[in-house]
Order: sequence, then structure tokens, then C-alpha cells
Amino acid sequence: MSELVRQQWLIPLFPLAAAAIQSLLKRPARKLSATICIGAMGISCVLTLRALFATFGFGRGGEHYEVERVIWNFTWFSFGNTSLSLGFILDPLTAGMAAMVAFVSFWIFVNATGYMSSDENFTRFFCFLSLFGASMLGLVVSNNLLLLFMCWELVGLCSYLLIGFWYFKPSAAAAMKKAFITTRVGDIGFFLGILLLYWQSGTLSLYTPEGTGALQQAGKLATLTGWWGLSMAGTIAFLLFIGAMGKSAQFPLHVWLPDAMEGPTPVSALIHAATMVAAGVFMVGRMYPLFTAQSHDWVMTFVMWIGCFTAVFSATIAVAQFDIKRVLAYSTCSQLGYMVMGLGAGSLVAGQFHLLTHAFFKALLFLGSGCVIIGTHHEQDMRKMGGLRKYMPITFWCYLIGTLALCGIPPFAGFFSKDEILLATYYRSPWAWGLGTFAAFLTAFYMTRQIFLVFFGPWRGGRPEAHPHSQLAEAHGELDVPHGEAHGGEVHLHAHAPHEIPWNMWLPLVVLSAFALFMGWLGTPWLGGNLFHHYLAPEEAVPQHSDFVLWLSIGVGLFGIVLGWLVYGRKPLQNALDDDPLALTTPVMFTVLNRKWYIDELYEVTIIHFTTAGATFFRLVDKLLVDGCLHAIAWIAWGLSQLFRWGGDELVINGGFDASCESVRLGGKVLAKLQSGRVQDYFRVLSLGFAILLLIYFFA
Amino acid sequence: MNVPLSNYLMLSAFLFAIGLCGALSRKNAIIVLMGIEIMFNAGILNLIAFWHYKLFVAPTAQMFAIFAISIAAAESAVGLALVIAVYRHYKSVDMDEMKSLQG
Repeated sequence: MSELVRQQWLIPLFPLAAAAIQSLLKRPARKLSATICIGAMGISCVLTLRALFATFGFGRGGEHYEVERVIWNFTWFSFGNTSLSLGFILDPLTAGMAAMVAFVSFWIFVNATGYMSSDENFTRFFCFLSLFGASMLGLVVSNNLLLLFMCWELVGLCSYLLIGFWYFKPSAAAAMKKAFITTRVGDIGFFLGILLLYWQSGTLSLYTPEGTGALQQAGKLATLTGWWGLSMAGTIAFLLFIGAMGKSAQFPLHVWLPDAMEGPTPVSALIHAATMVAAGVFMVGRMYPLFTAQSHDWVMTFVMWIGCFTAVFSATIAVAQFDIKRVLAYSTCSQLGYMVMGLGAGSLVAGQFHLLTHAFFKALLFLGSGCVIIGTHHEQDMRKMGGLRKYMPITFWCYLIGTLALCGIPPFAGFFSKDEILLATYYRSPWAWGLGTFAAFLTAFYMTRQIFLVFFGPWRGGRPEAHPHSQLAEAHGELDVPHGEAHGGEVHLHAHAPHEIPWNMWLPLVVLSAFALFMGWLGTPWLGGNLFHHYLAPEEAVPQHSDFVLWLSIGVGLFGIVLGWLVYGRKPLQNALDDDPLALTTPVMFTVLNRKWYIDELYEVTIIHFTTAGATFFRLVDKLLVDGCLHAIAWIAWGLSQLFRWGGDELVINGGFDASCESVRLGGKVLAKLQSGRVQDYFRVLSLGFAILLLIYFFA
Repeated sequence: MNVPLSNYLMLSAFLFAIGLCGALSRKNAIIVLMGIEIMFNAGILNLIAFWHYKLFVAPTAQMFAIFAISIAAAESAVGLALVIAVYRHYKSVDMDEMKSLQG
């Protein structure tokens, strides 16, 4: 067991090495690059599965029944008496998450080979993907907040790079900056939390064998007084949650996630649905002992309400979007809100279970949308789709499974995990439960709307009858054009019909569909107890089963679907320029939702405006005050130097020196006259001297 | 006939004065050389006169006189050679022309 945890570092190592190799590859080395990337992730996947199977015995009967987790810490470096240690952990939370990340990433990479097949920067894309996989896996297996934070930032960096992969598009460049800066706001809180934790507990290792790890001191921290009326543990938890809000796109830091859809669709599937945005939720789960250390802190309530509000808020926006990926993006926000709500309601199991199931079916939906986008020649506006059921049957059925899973219809995966969250919330706060149920209804409604807009009704994108034959070949010919410009919501009416996608794109859909279908059964209470609950946190209390919650959640799901069919299914849009039926009945509301509650505009006029005004003001201060002082000092210095130059240097020093030189020169001139060069002159002087000597001799 | 020593010394002083005047006043380098030779001979005459009146015991004065005469001969040879060299350079033997060592 301890050997296995010592090999945990191998899990992120392989994708990291792959990224390093790929960064050296040349552009045409497409196949090699994809092979390295997928191969490395495959090895990591095998390693995580091995770790996952090893943890099945943890915490309950069997060989390792007393073991809750195994850890391995090592010293990174020492300075003075302090040493900084890093470490890896193997416990059910890590093993489950790592297996999910590696597995989903693997299939998304496979799909990406198809989606990116005509992009000229193929190797760069896969290099970033590998780097992302390495950082995410490193984040999951680390037993140390410092290591976790490093990987956390690396993940943010990869997100930045991949959102802006088509950086020549201004919207992508803006989106990448927005994502980076918005999550940075949350990271300030995260970093403060880390510092506070280090200050209070003296270590950043989460667990140590001696029991001195930061999380093992949670009970002690709960007895100390922190700030804002919280215990110390609550304060740290609150700050850490700020970081999670940024990364997991919780209100009010959710604005970056929808814009992040500027990236290629596999990136949206990988980072902005399945794994990276889940890092915030995972981190909260990882630091859960701090959150639950003291029951009467308001932190948990705060977490629950933030999640609840985000779930409803984003779901309402998703109803009125036209971009196929934006609907899914707001849906992701909403589902992340669900997870956070479950965690805040005190159920680690529910939150983490929904994280895992959601990763599978949301990756499925995003990959499906990617297939639709490829199949319709880079069309993202749902109004210009329609009727794709006939053209792309595989995609349709997989997409339908993902949708039903997301809507929470039994027996699909989302039903079980969402129901658990609602159940946990029901006992904690009926109001939050009510809102959560409403969000479930909205989810079912907007997903049904999407299904009907995309897959039913007539094809509104072009004239499929015009080219009944050889559509596939022409479509591929068309794709050879560098297609970066073809993205981003511009109107591109193609004469070609949509086509089904190649096998390397639909195979991942099928695999993920299987998980979306069956994975929920791990968490069902009907098969001899909740297996996932038993595995992850056997000590956590099981909320009492409630038929009311169960049937209501199924009911609202079905109601949402039926309503969606009534609005969008009965009379499908005939023309791409038709108004949305919802916009006809409630135009004001629809516009507000379509503009996302004007949150971006609100930030524009408040925070951004304020920041800009402040920047302008300080620029003026800089110009007038700081520069003024500097210029005054410069003028004074210049004046003084002039004074010294003319008064001191030129007059006294140079003048004196010149005068003395002149006198020496004059003396030299006079004396040089004596040396006439004529021998007789010397002789005369000699004789004169001789005569004088004689006179002195005779007369003195 | 008893000629007193002072007569010899007077003659010698006279000769020296003539030589000095010639060496100082004439422009021609050869005449200057001749003046120097005359001053030499005045000195030698002094030596011999002192020796004749037994002011020296040893024959030192005779030896000095012979040394001085031979050295004067060598000196005038060197002097004349210099004058010829100077003449080749300046095309003149005027002492006032030779002032290239002027300071």
C-alpha cells in the first residue's frame, strides 16, 4: 500500500513528459504528437485505475480496514530550521477523482484528434492538453497545499493558453484574459487562506503520519478565534472557498466560464466542464475537515447559498442562449452550483458524486456539441441547425443520453447524484432545496430546448437537397481551409448538408454515454446500500430517504421536458431568422436572460469603470504630483550644477589651474631664451663667470 | 740673463686673452678652434715656466705638457672633423647658424 502511494507521482509525470516532448516537435508531426499525448494519458489512466482498485478496501472490512488513507511526504528543501515538504496522498477521494480525470481526459484527447484535424497548430494544442492533464492530475494527488496551489495555477495557465488557442481572434484573446484575471481574483482569497493556514498550523501538508498535518489540526483550529465572527478554521475555510468560487465559476466570479467557450470544443469539454472547473469543488472536498470543523460557523451556510444561487441563476441564463456551447457553459455553472450546494449542505458524498457523474455526461455533451459543430461546418448558432437527428444519428443518441442524464431522469447518472444533493439540502434548508428543485426544472427545460432546436425540425443551415451526393468528401475538402476565422458566431451559411463524424470522434461519445447511463447506480440506495457513500466517506451520516424529494425531483424533470416539448417541439422553428417562441411570449424577460442578467454590463459600469477611473486618477496624480516633484528636483539639481559649474569649477578650479599652467609656461619661455643653442654664448657666460671668480679672488 | 717668472706668466696670460677673444668674437668655426688652441698653448707655457723655475721637483710638468700637446692635437683633429661635418650639413661654418639645440 505504501509502495503504491510512493508511485503516485508517476501519474502526473507521464503527461508532463509528453508535454515536454511535444513542445519540441515540429508542426507536421501530427500523428506522433497525438500518439504521445494519448499514450501518456493512457498510461496515467492505467495507473489511476490501479490506485482506484487498491483503495476499494479502505475504511471498511478487508485487508486494509484500518486504513483511511496512505500518504508519503518528503522534504523539498530546507532553509534555516524550517523545511518545506511536499507529498502525495492516496485515499478514496483522490483515487476516484484521479481515475475520472485520466479517463475522461483520455477520451477527450481521442475526440480532439478529430476536432482539431484541420488546425495547423495541432502539436501546440496537444502539448497544452498534455500539460493540462499533468497539472490536473498533480493537483488531485498532492498531499500538500503548496503543491496543490502550484498545480492549481498551472491548470489556470493551461486554461488561459487553451481558451486563447485561436489568439488571432480578438474575442478569444479577450476571453483568455478575462478567465485568467477573474480566477485570479478568487486566487487572492485562496492564497490568503493558505498563508493563514500555514501561520496557524505551521505546516502545509494536509496529512502526516504523526497526525500533525494541517487538516488533522482542524479540531484545534476550530477552537481558536478567527475573523468576521468565525473560528480560525472557519476563516481559513472561507478564504479557501473564495478560491474555489473563482475556479469553479460560482456567482459572482462565474463570468469567465461562458466566455471561455472561445476555445476549441475539446478544451471546453475537458477544462470547462469535466475537470478543471471541478478543481474548486474538489479542493473544497479535500479541505472538508476545515469546513466542517465547527458546526455553527456560517461558512457552510454561505457555501450552500452561493451554490444554490449559482445553480438557479445560471440555469435561467442558459434558457435564453442561442450558442450551443454557451447553453452548456451556463449549464456547467449551474451544475457546479449544485455540487457546491451539496457540499455546503454537509454532504461530501453528494457533492463529489455529482462531480464525478457530471464530468462524464457533461464531457459527453460538450464532445457531442463539438461533433455537431464539425458536422455542420463550424456552425454554433442553434437557430441555424435543426433536423440533425437524420444526418448524425450516433451523435444524436449519445447527446440524448447525456441530456437525460443532465435532466436527472432515472436511471441515468445525473438522477442519482442530483437527487442526493437535493436530499441533503432538503434537511438543511427547505428554501435552498426549493430553489435547487426549480433549477432542476430549468435544466430539463433548456436541455429539451437545445435538443429540439438542434436535432429536430427542418435543417435551417443551408439547402441539403442541393448536394445530395458526395457530401462527406466535399465537407472534408472544405475543412482543409484554416478554420480559425470560421468560428465565433459570424454568420456562415454553408450550402453543404451536415454529415456524420469520423469514428475517432464518435467513439468517445459512445464510451462516455455508457458511463452516463450506468454510473449512477454506484450511488443508488437500492443496491444494498450506497456503494459510493460506503467507499468515499463511510463515517458520514446518510440522510434519511424521502419519497417526496425523490418524486418531486423526477416530476420537475419530466415537467421541464414536457414544457420544452410544448414550446419547441410541437412547432419547430422553420427559418433561422425566426424568433424564439419564448421571446415572443415574454420578450423583456427573454432579453434580460439572453443578456445574462446584464452581469457583464454591471461589472463594466461598476468594477471595471471604477478601476479605470481610479487608474486615470492615479495617472493624473502620477503626472502632476510625482512627476512634478521629480521635475522640480531635477530643475533644482540642474540649477545647482550650473552654479557649481560656472562659479566653482570654471572660475576657481579651472581658472586657478590654467593660471598656474600659464605661469609655468611663461617661466619656461624666459628660461628657454638662455639656451640659445649657440656654443659661443655658453662660452661667453663661462668666461664671464670665470672673470667674476677672478675678481672675487683678487679683491675679496 | 735672468728673466723673471712673471714675464713668462704675463706672456701666457696675454696669449690666453688673445685666444679667448678669438674664440668668443669670431664667427668662423675654424678661427674659434684656433683661438682655443692658443688658450691651450698659454696653459702649457704656464706649466713649463713653473717647472723651469723649480716650483715642481719631479719631471711631472714636462709629462703634462707633452700629454696636453698630444691631446690638443687629437682634439683639434676631432674639432676639424666636426667642422667639416657641420659644413656638409649647413653649407657654412658660421657659428651663429648652429643653433639647433636652442631651447
